[in-house]
Amino acid sequence: MSVTVDEIKAGKAVSPGWVAQLPLSGKLGLGLVIFWIATAIAGPWLAPYDPGAFTHQDVFASFGAAHWLGSDYLGRDVLSRVLSGARYSVGLAAAAAIAASCTGTGLALIAALAPRWLDELLSRFIDTLISIPSKIFALVLVAAVGSSLLLLFLIAAFIYIPGAYRIARSQAVNLAQMDYVQVARTRGEKAAYIAIREILPNMLHPMLADFGLRFVFIVLMLSGLSFLGLGVQPPDADLGSLVRENISGLGEAAPAILVPALAIATLTVGVNLLIDALPRRHGSKEG
Amino acid sequence: MEPHVEVKGLRVTAGGKDDSAITIVEGVDFTIPRGGVLALIGESGSGKTTIALTLMGYARSGCRIAGGRIRLGETDIMALDEEGLTTLRGDRVAYIAQSAAASFNPSKRIMDQVVEPALIHGRMDRKSAEAKAVSLFRALALPQPDSIGSRYPHQLSGGQLQRLMAAMALITGPELVILDEPTTALDVTTQIEVLRAFKHAVASQGATAIYVSHDLAVVAQMADHILVLNKGRVREAGAATQILQSPADEYTRTLMAAARPAPKPAPVAAPTKAPLLEIKGLFAGYGKVDSGGRPEIPVLRDISLSIAKGATLGVIGESGSGKSTLARAVAGLIRPASGAVNFDGQRLPGGLEQRSRDQFRRIQLVFQNADTALNPAHSVADILGRPLRFYHGLKGAAQRQRVAELLDLIRLPASLADRACSGLSGGQKQRINLARALAAKPDLILCDEVTSALDTVVGAAILDLLAELRRELGLAYMFISHDIGTVRAICDDIMVLYGGTAVEMGPRSAYQAPPFHPYTDLLVGSVPELRAGWLEEQAARPAPPAIGPALEGADLCRFLPRCTVRIDGLCTHFTPPRQHLAGGSDILCHHPEAVN
Repeated sequence: MSVTVDEIKAGKAVSPGWVAQLPLSGKLGLGLVIFWIATAIAGPWLAPYDPGAFTHQDVFASFGAAHWLGSDYLGRDVLSRVLSGARYSVGLAAAAAIAASCTGTGLALIAALAPRWLDELLSRFIDTLISIPSKIFALVLVAAVGSSLLLLFLIAAFIYIPGAYRIARSQAVNLAQMDYVQVARTRGEKAAYIAIREILPNMLHPMLADFGLRFVFIVLMLSGLSFLGLGVQPPDADLGSLVRENISGLGEAAPAILVPALAIATLTVGVNLLIDALPRRHGSKEG
Repeated sequence: MEPHVEVKGLRVTAGGKDDSAITIVEGVDFTIPRGGVLALIGESGSGKTTIALTLMGYARSGCRIAGGRIRLGETDIMALDEEGLTTLRGDRVAYIAQSAAASFNPSKRIMDQVVEPALIHGRMDRKSAEAKAVSLFRALALPQPDSIGSRYPHQLSGGQLQRLMAAMALITGPELVILDEPTTALDVTTQIEVLRAFKHAVASQGATAIYVSHDLAVVAQMADHILVLNKGRVREAGAATQILQSPADEYTRTLMAAARPAPKPAPVAAPTKAPLLEIKGLFAGYGKVDSGGRPEIPVLRDISLSIAKGATLGVIGESGSGKSTLARAVAGLIRPASGAVNFDGQRLPGGLEQRSRDQFRRIQLVFQNADTALNPAHSVADILGRPLRFYHGLKGAAQRQRVAELLDLIRLPASLADRACSGLSGGQKQRINLARALAAKPDLILCDEVTSALDTVVGAAILDLLAELRRELGLAYMFISHDIGTVRAICDDIMVLYGGTAVEMGPRSAYQAPPFHPYTDLLVGSVPELRAGWLEEQAARPAPPAIGPALEGADLCRFLPRCTVRIDGLCTHFTPPRQHLAGGSDILCHHPEAVN
């Protein structure tokens, strides 16, 4: 988990005063992201009850002193379940989104600078992947291999690589035509230098925005899989499965469904607010 | 008689309404008599377009007209509400923008767009509007005036679109026409035709006009009065002839000097005869290359040239003549289809992959537009430091030291090193662009239109810098430009490109007076002179004489369709020979005596 956090931080580190320079929406987003990362790390220790234990007489109980956020459809403590569920949503979805965005961007840079035939080959291959229905693909794999966290991570990452690749390639192909890239080529630079130092810094911002979207999609996809019983396996539950399993509480406006839904909303909105507020022109790091 | 347009104490600010607002234009007064033409002249950021737009009661987003009076005829423009302004704009006041190509809707026919202002303002019905449009097309000397309206914008040239935009502006019979740099984006040979058409059309409508430009020579042809602006203030105002002949203000004199760069003396030490760069029979282009070494879509045909160590070759031609392709072929970005490029006695490989690091280092390419040539993600120190490290292995303190020296060489403060390029001015960026090439310690710099995107004063300073660097460092340049004045000022030899062929090649002295190649003659004759009345003296060029059908498959003169001295049966059948003229240049023409 901490690796993920470091990766996110490293991508954003611009200058010492960068937090102060963020607009209000960015500070709000940053606050939400930090809150959720902290929850994902410390949640299980903060949980007042065992998330799997039946601790309340009533199902769908409302806010109360003993159970701050009430109880769920089986009488379990909602606060404890949200605190321990956050790590699946934040960790699994973020890791998968990072893997998808990085792989997609990397392949796109190769396609933009490689000879035409390799670009064609790669792009047509990715087109083939796009044509596979993602839910069916996930179902087949889970049915064949059996659900595990690693498999869910791999499936989520694999399904969202083609989309990230498409966005990144259109960026990279345009940037590869820029005059400063031509100058670097006539300087005799190797393709790796051009990709990493000349092109990548200028496509970072759109790719971060794309990452935010993909993160939201993956959270939703994982909860969809959980609903079918193929995602994170009970008694563990990610935020999405908390919403799904308590869906019958919707009529009673039970906290059991409101709180996890609110949790997903604040998490995804926070990530996107922060990414939108990052400085447009990235200062490059020494490397 | 009361002046038609009167502006008094005009003030335009940007930003908030309180004290934090930045004043863009301050204390501008002028009047224009009915039917008069006033020119607003200045560099970018001088506020000339801002002032012109206020006459439509318009300030660009973020700006507002903070004070002053603007009167057009009986109307006080400052007192008009949004509705009043809407009826004014496009009807009584019309605007012609710089880039007509970007101002037309590509998915609508020309006629629909030209008659639109007349229909919106209910001036006339569609039928009479179209009749008026056709008469305007004729007045603006557009080809096929009866049918041109049914075409789409992409089917027409830039010069034609610019004239069509004038037709759109004039269709409602406006009292005031604002022309905002209408010929800046055009080739010089097209510019002269467009200027002539504008002048005629505006005069015949009896409209008052405001002509916004940075080019004094163009303004001299168009305006009765001139207002010289700098940083939002009037530096000098007066009749056109007075300002052009005896400018009173220091700044006006600077502008005049920059408009026509004086020839830079060649270095004292004569360049050695041994060629540094030698190109023989170069063909380059796009698409498949056939067995004869001709590409499917040829851009350059049979180019031969040589540049001695420390010498400067100017390459001149209009857009599409292949001049940038030539620089790219030498730099290795485009693989020549056939022909040899030799550098310092060695054959230069066509592609980038086979070139050695030393060959890369010795030839540096500098692009026209520093905005796109400098990576926005890098700081000045990154940009200059990379070639130092890449070619010379400089790191750390030694690198920083050298970056400071380079900044000093291009007359920029060393404190700029840590800044990002996005915060620099156009002239500063272009200097950084140049310094990056110098960092490699090259022998040859390929300058692709390096001054074209800059203001004249800034451009002149870059030319001075280039000449100085050449003296100090013994650099050779291939200097590519569309402006013959610039090329004549800085180059030893000049090559004229037309349609990818070198139609004329010779020392710069040969370009001072005829005889020329017919295209060079057109090019030289199209550059406006810095005095009023020049445009009228230039009689419209005679139409090219009628010729029979050209021989199929023959490699004919590229200039044939536009040439006014073409000879039926000779030019239409045979490849033009290369001839040597008394002036010292070689031309590609059938004429026994070149044009004078």
